[in-house]
Amino acid sequence: MPENAQNEIVIGQDNLGLQSEVQIPEAGHEGGFPPFNTETFEAQLVWLVITFGILYYLMSKVALPRIANVIEERRDRIADDLDQAGQFKAQTEDAIQSYETALAEARAKAHAIAQETRDRLSAETDLHREKLENELDKKIADAETRIAATKEAALAHVRGVATDVASSIVTQLLGEDADKAAVEKAVDAKLG
Amino acid sequence: MAAQNGQDGGFPVDPLHQFEITTLVPLNIGGIDASFTNSSLWMVLTVFAVTFLTVFAVRGRNMVPGRMQSIAEMSYEFVANMVRDNAGNDGQRYFPFIFSLFMFILLANFLSMLPYSFTVTSHIIVTFALAALVFLGVTVIGFAKHGLGFLRLFVPSGVPAVILPLVVAIEVISYLSRPLSLSVRLFANMLAGHITLKVFAGFVIALSSAGVAGIFGAVLPLAMIVAITALEFLVCALQAYVFAVLTCMYLGDALHPGH
Repeated sequence: MPENAQNEIVIGQDNLGLQSEVQIPEAGHEGGFPPFNTETFEAQLVWLVITFGILYYLMSKVALPRIANVIEERRDRIADDLDQAGQFKAQTEDAIQSYETALAEARAKAHAIAQETRDRLSAETDLHREKLENELDKKIADAETRIAATKEAALAHVRGVATDVASSIVTQLLGEDADKAAVEKAVDAKLG
Repeated sequence: MAAQNGQDGGFPVDPLHQFEITTLVPLNIGGIDASFTNSSLWMVLTVFAVTFLTVFAVRGRNMVPGRMQSIAEMSYEFVANMVRDNAGNDGQRYFPFIFSLFMFILLANFLSMLPYSFTVTSHIIVTFALAALVFLGVTVIGFAKHGLGFLRLFVPSGVPAVILPLVVAIEVISYLSRPLSLSVRLFANMLAGHITLKVFAGFVIALSSAGVAGIFGAVLPLAMIVAITALEFLVCALQAYVFAVLTCMYLGDALHPGH
């Protein structure tokens, strides 16, 4: 293939620095080492300018603003949500605070009511007891008076009975009526 | 053509065949060759792919992103962070350009991994045009923002006067070689990767046509192809990233020289 041989020579002249790389293929190919084929440069540059220009336009006018917008919106939304969550948390803490205050108040109130009731009940009980005790004391005193009276009466009867018994004994023994005054005197002396 | 070469008794595939540019629709506008070639086709497909990812996938503007929208948003934030970290906040103005550049190279590289596709970035003229655009743009921005003060970029502070001329010379040379290193890095990586894949594929064909033992022997280069394909995907992404991140750093130099 004389054509191939010719190509090899052309490559060697074109690309002094890259001879080793270029010599890898044993067989030839049209136009030499493709990346150094200057004939294709123009078309490549033209299309690079066209495609990269379009890409740059699309990116800077459409894609990047849109993505930036999406990311920004999400960031705002997350910040908003976090703010809201913070507010809710504060509200919750307030609620807990007021609940605890109310609970403490209720507890104190309940305590006070219980204390009051207890005091009232014990006062009532005391009053009642005092009244009862007074009544009982009075009854005891009455009873004692009555006992003393009864006792006195009983003792008075004892003297009469003793006088009568003594008079009748004396009458039986002596066979005559006893001197009433002497008997009474004797009985009184005995009873002392 | 590959088959022809095989019959010639040489290597069964031509590793460079994939880089050849074939004209699909010849066009000549005002003396300029604007033929629609396979390269043009894949450039257009690259633009379509990027547009699909960043415009079509975000059309729903969902508050909770789906898979495709996530890719678009991740790409956006990735490049935005890259620009912010390397070029500062005033570099945000050039974010659309760097995003386009990154996505164009990334998708062109990824599409090149499709069988029978064409590697747009394997042609030095394409990578050089992009690198030159970056270089010229950055230089213009530098002079527009700082006037002659931009030249402070070449005079690092705190260098002894004796070696200053040498340092300035080195700085100038390194600055001028930026478009070259930027373009050659991308071009050479893509070219070498695809040649390697093709060469190993050639080994598989060459060995398997050499009988039963050859078929068993072909397993090794086949396994290599699988491994190198994975590596190539990494290189595709990495080179796009390197190109974009270096652009950001050059931009950072232009916006803040003399640091």
